[in-house]
Amino acid sequence: MATTPFCLRLLNLQRRPRKRANFEFGHSAMTSSLAKVGFGVFKPKDSRAPRTGALLAPAVGLLLIWMIVPLTMTLWFSFQRYNLQNPLISGFAGFNNYKFLLLYKTLWISIGNTLVLVGSVLSLTIVFGVLFAVVFDEAFFGRNIARLLVIAPFFVMPTVSALIWKNLLMHPVNGLFAWITRSLGLGVVDWFAQAPMISIIIIVAWQWIPFASLILMTAMQSLDREQMEAAYLDGARGLSMFWFITLPHLFRPISVVVMIETIFLLAVFAEILVTTSGGPGNATTTLTYLIYLKALLQWDVGGASAAGVIAIILANVVAAFLIRTVARNLAD
Amino acid sequence: MAQLSLRNVAKSFGTVNIIKDLNLEIADRELCVFVGPSGCGKSTLLRMIAGLEEITSGDLMIDGERVNDVPPDVRGLAMVFQSYALYPHMTVRDNMAFALRLAGVSRQERYARIDKVADLLQLRPYLDRRPKALSGGQRQRVAIGRAIVREPKVFLFDEPLSNLDAALRVQTRIELARLHERLNATMIYVTHDQVEAMTLADKIVVLRDGHIEQVGSPLELYHHPCNRFVAGFIGSPKMNFCSVKVKAPSSSGVSIDLPGGASMVAPVAATRLKEGEPLILGVRPEHMKVIGPAGDGPITFSGEVMVVERLGGQTFLYVQATPEDLFIIAVDGDSLVKVHDRVALGFAPKECHLFDHGGTALEQLARHPLAA
Repeated sequence: MATTPFCLRLLNLQRRPRKRANFEFGHSAMTSSLAKVGFGVFKPKDSRAPRTGALLAPAVGLLLIWMIVPLTMTLWFSFQRYNLQNPLISGFAGFNNYKFLLLYKTLWISIGNTLVLVGSVLSLTIVFGVLFAVVFDEAFFGRNIARLLVIAPFFVMPTVSALIWKNLLMHPVNGLFAWITRSLGLGVVDWFAQAPMISIIIIVAWQWIPFASLILMTAMQSLDREQMEAAYLDGARGLSMFWFITLPHLFRPISVVVMIETIFLLAVFAEILVTTSGGPGNATTTLTYLIYLKALLQWDVGGASAAGVIAIILANVVAAFLIRTVARNLAD
Repeated sequence: MAQLSLRNVAKSFGTVNIIKDLNLEIADRELCVFVGPSGCGKSTLLRMIAGLEEITSGDLMIDGERVNDVPPDVRGLAMVFQSYALYPHMTVRDNMAFALRLAGVSRQERYARIDKVADLLQLRPYLDRRPKALSGGQRQRVAIGRAIVREPKVFLFDEPLSNLDAALRVQTRIELARLHERLNATMIYVTHDQVEAMTLADKIVVLRDGHIEQVGSPLELYHHPCNRFVAGFIGSPKMNFCSVKVKAPSSSGVSIDLPGGASMVAPVAATRLKEGEPLILGVRPEHMKVIGPAGDGPITFSGEVMVVERLGGQTFLYVQATPEDLFIIAVDGDSLVKVHDRVALGFAPKECHLFDHGGTALEQLARHPLAA
């Protein structure tokens, strides 16, 4: 331990608290995973490596404060009786905020919804991302334009894309989908009433498929052509080429996509607020949205902070799980 | 195992003709080497044989059967790539098993065949490793092993040694030669390395701009190049050239005037030459000698030594033999010649090559015993 540089100890410190924000989460997964991935970077290869701790200290220290202050405040508030509508309610609450939340059915439903949303969007983006990456790797007329179009949804703000989907596409009266099904005599689906979660998943997937496609398309370009030719000479065609050569090659970039997307998908908010506002009932209330409900509709800062802390724990459980499977893969 | 022939084969990309109307026969169990400067089409030709490039016109025959439209894996060929092109996510065993697996060979037979090949190439200890965990030479052996496992009719090698360091290249070259002998296989080998071509080949095909300049055994190309390009391409350092004039043609050779004022009789077929006709004289560096003051031979050139390169065993002198021509002369490593010395040069008439103004070699009257 004597040879451990200062920065390493700092990183250790930084990893322990893990969480900074009050009402949003998701970034915690990033901070902790980066700390783990970055771990090896700072580790000296041999004893002759110079000590860089003192030089890193200002930057690391600033980041530490940046993270630790909001985290401490969140923790502090979560143990307070604190409602913005009623200044007379105050004082130390003990574990009451947590107790109330954990006994509150909506919390468990929202955790379930979060996992369903993240899981479904991840699978959709990976499947379509791989598909687009493979298709757009073939040379055809207008490929560059097609590639640009596939990437385009990523440039649309979440709020705007949610509005477009809500009012122009999925609307039961004015929407394109309704017009198509009605023209075919099939009747109309009221998306946000009949299949609210599926609708949100479709919108978020539409936004994130470009990201997966972009990463996987660039990965396809690094696939060794001689390797494909060798496989071709070995008799691999179409599906067997995809299964034995392309997919294994994409495995690592897929891991990266899963890791990065999970961080952002845990924090999906605008799409829900704009379309369903967490409803009908609590069918589309995710943990992020629940925190918003608590904090800015019920003005219950104490309860929202407690939900935030639970979100931090959930994000870190997911992050730890991901890092165990994905980061090992990356290091391989 | 297999005999291969190319008949009027051509390849063009759009309007650019890469391979032009090429005819070539490769006999069973022959090791045929394609050489040529970069861009001459040697790799394209190999890829056409492999089936990676379509043949624009002409016939590719393997054992008398036209295979132009036969998919590569059915042609019965196996190729070793320059970058080895091993599958990075598979173990050595799976790499070698891949083709057999796709062909539906049973696991038991696959493993039996791999074990046999692994013993041949001393790859046994590495079978469960990934390519990443192997050295360059071991990867090279895996790539060769992957080809052997398929028991192909013809092996194709695309510059297989160019990614290896010098020492390993020599060692692998020797291993390849022994492998060729043991497997008794037909092999086609593309390289730009002369030493590989000269040492490995039964037959060398010299290509330039998509057509064949000359086909022959290594020593045939060395001693009897059919034109100036082949003469300059084969042999290292390069053959020296200078312009000369015909003095008097005769049936026993041709008497020529050298630029320095000397003259000599070259034993080549000279019946169609006229007096005063310009020719090009070619002499290899290793056939030129520095002639001492005692005079052990006729002096043909003399000039100032501009550069001396001492390699230890051998020394290369760069001599300004004529105002235009800098000759390279290979002399013994113990030679005492220094820079700016004036030296006299000589060579045996039978070692000289003459080319007409079009670059075609005049046929030598006596064939070299090793290139008969």
